[in-house]
Amino acid sequence: MADTMQFDLVSPERRVASGLVRAVQIPAAEGDLTAMPNHAPLITTLRPGILTVEGESGTEQYVVTGGFAEIGETCTVLAERALPRGEVTQEAYEALVDEAHAAYERTRETFKNEPGPVDDAAKLLSDMVAVGTHIGLSPKQPSL
Amino acid sequence: MPNLKDLKNRIASVKSTRKITKAMQMVAAAKLRRAQDAAEASRPYTERFNAVMAQLAASVGGSDTAPKLLAGTGSDQVHMLVVMTAERGLCGGFNSSIVKLARLTARKLLAEGKTVKILTVGKKGREQLKRDFSAYLVDHVDLSDVKRLGYANAQDIARNLLVRFDAGEFDVATIFYSQFRSVISQTPTAQQIIPASFDATDGDSAGTLYDYEPDEEAILADLLPRGVATQIFAALLENGASEQGARMSAMDSATRNAGEMIDKLTIEYNRSRQAVITNELIEIISGAEAL
Repeated sequence: MADTMQFDLVSPERRVASGLVRAVQIPAAEGDLTAMPNHAPLITTLRPGILTVEGESGTEQYVVTGGFAEIGETCTVLAERALPRGEVTQEAYEALVDEAHAAYERTRETFKNEPGPVDDAAKLLSDMVAVGTHIGLSPKQPSL
Repeated sequence: MPNLKDLKNRIASVKSTRKITKAMQMVAAAKLRRAQDAAEASRPYTERFNAVMAQLAASVGGSDTAPKLLAGTGSDQVHMLVVMTAERGLCGGFNSSIVKLARLTARKLLAEGKTVKILTVGKKGREQLKRDFSAYLVDHVDLSDVKRLGYANAQDIARNLLVRFDAGEFDVATIFYSQFRSVISQTPTAQQIIPASFDATDGDSAGTLYDYEPDEEAILADLLPRGVATQIFAALLENGASEQGARMSAMDSATRNAGEMIDKLTIEYNRSRQAVITNELIEIISGAEAL
């Protein structure tokens, strides 16, 4: 049994990471999941969160926002934005939260009477804030 | 016979023009490489994305509940043409050929009795379309302040389109951009993005049965808007590379033309100068003979 699998993390602008890994912890839409070699084929959407990659040379973490993951013989994560955790400074993080906040406000304007999209946007925002708590950064404005 | 001083001035002026076009060519070459790298870097994402989307679309596409972005609104009355051009000129026929294709398409649709709306990205396209289609222009996206095209730019355009689509402003959206083939060849292309079509050419994952979490339709509903942004992003990058390629070859031929002109002017200058000298000699000799 193979104990590693090919893993790729790509964003629209570049290939962020690629290599053989032992396990990947993915922030999926319905809860975190860990993909290891020989995982059942699965396609899932992502929520903003921390992606933890257990590679052969150590563990690396990335902050990802929406996108999806495809797990089969290989594991491919397509994230709209993916940043190595070390590159997420207070400023970058605040920009992300501000963006989620703006999206939330916009959705609230557009869909005044439909709870669905507004709830989705609110969840996105709170996920984004949760990312911050996880890596020890806090948004400059309290959310919601 | 032109005056010697005038000729000298003209040679100097053409020489400085050649310097400028040469510099522009080199700048375009450097930018072209960067644009090509960016297009290259985005390819893995686009490819994987389209493969998964094709698979999802195939399994959900037939059902009645398929999202509007995939199945369409059931009519094709109102067309939205997204015309993507450059912010600057001096790049040969790059802008004109995209606009020409868009114009032809718009004329054809209008002749069929459809309604046409045009959204322009990039200043040059807007200027050219304003002449005969000013009544159809609905919006303009300005990218002149953008130094490096990012995914965020594509997202903004996609959001603009999706808000209009949700509001029922149009049924079909097509993007017009230039596909980069080589430095000397760029093909203006029209691509329909709403309702989305994904060609399932990528057959490598077709054999695997995937679990979906949440279900297929929820994933599809989440991914389709991203798909629009992804396709626009790919088109923007492709367009960026084409623009620099077109500019590079346009400036290359301009530089060559300037060189030819300098040669011609120099010959003319030398001839005139020789003529002046001969004239003076004849005057001296005939003056001496007269004595």
